Amino acid sequence: MSHDPLMDPPQPVEYGNFKSYAIGFVASIALTLAMYYLAIEPMLEGLAYDLAIAALSIAQAFVQLILFLNLTREAKPRWNLTIFLFMIMVVVIIVFGSVWIMNNLNYNLMPE
Amino acid sequence: MTNTQSYPDTHHDVSSNTILGFWIYLMTDCVMFATFFAAYAVLHNNTFGGPSAKELFDLRFALGESLVLLASSFSCGVAMLYAPRQQTGKVLGWFAITFILGALFFWMGLYDFSRLIAGGNTWQSNGFLSSYFTLIGVHGLHILVGLMMMIVFIVQLIQRGLTGRVLRRLTCLRIYWHFLYLIWIFTFAIVYLIGAR
Repeated sequence: MSHDPLMDPPQPVEYGNFKSYAIGFVASIALTLAMYYLAIEPMLEGLAYDLAIAALSIAQAFVQLILFLNLTREAKPRWNLTIFLFMIMVVVIIVFGSVWIMNNLNYNLMPE
Repeated sequence: MTNTQSYPDTHHDVSSNTILGFWIYLMTDCVMFATFFAAYAVLHNNTFGGPSAKELFDLRFALGESLVLLASSFSCGVAMLYAPRQQTGKVLGWFAITFILGALFFWMGLYDFSRLIAGGNTWQSNGFLSSYFTLIGVHGLHILVGLMMMIVFIVQLIQRGLTGRVLRRLTCLRIYWHFLYLIWIFTFAIVYLIGAR
């Protein structure tokens, strides 16, 4: 076994290659630890903290989508990416819509 | 006879159609998780006088869960790197690691639930805990289904070898497993790091 297949040129799109997995794994660990570090250290407070955690988790989601799920290496016509973007739109409408409506109700139902 | 070349490669299409269909299922699943996240965002302060997220959750334990599931997701991807080259032994070995780490994650989730319930904090206590148990419970249920799929596919892999059909199923499983970690990133961020700081 002198030939290591993991070092071969990149595989067909759905499988990715070892290098992209290794980079994705290390980057995900780093981002997870960074999120945890922000939580235990009193560096950021309030909205700035929430936004920093949101930004780091979205960054890690991108790492997962690009390096683990290979979403950007898909051949045309890129149906996976199209469906994914549609899902994001639905999710944004559901989450922001619900939170907006419920906060508004909460505000309007406050005792005088 | 001249137009035969315009027909698509049907053998290839069966496999990629299955994977595309599975991807569509995962995206609808994501919408379902989004509704649970929205419910949690709305209800997370409604503790009805009970303990808040900050008092109940242990961030270090949640970090441990995150890293275990991340390692499991990584080893699942590495296993599938060997699959197109027909290296069944390595695929089995890496899937065994994936399964052990996935089972450890599931056990950690159960441990956390039993700790909360033993402390008298059940899903019936208040709106916050109802939405918490629903979100984490549905994610854990997905993990359990993934572990059962893994057992079935590993048995098929041992019995039949890496045939096209087994390869297709394992590919779906790999996407499913990566997807579950993707959901967990947001659980870790929203429920634990933002909600329980």
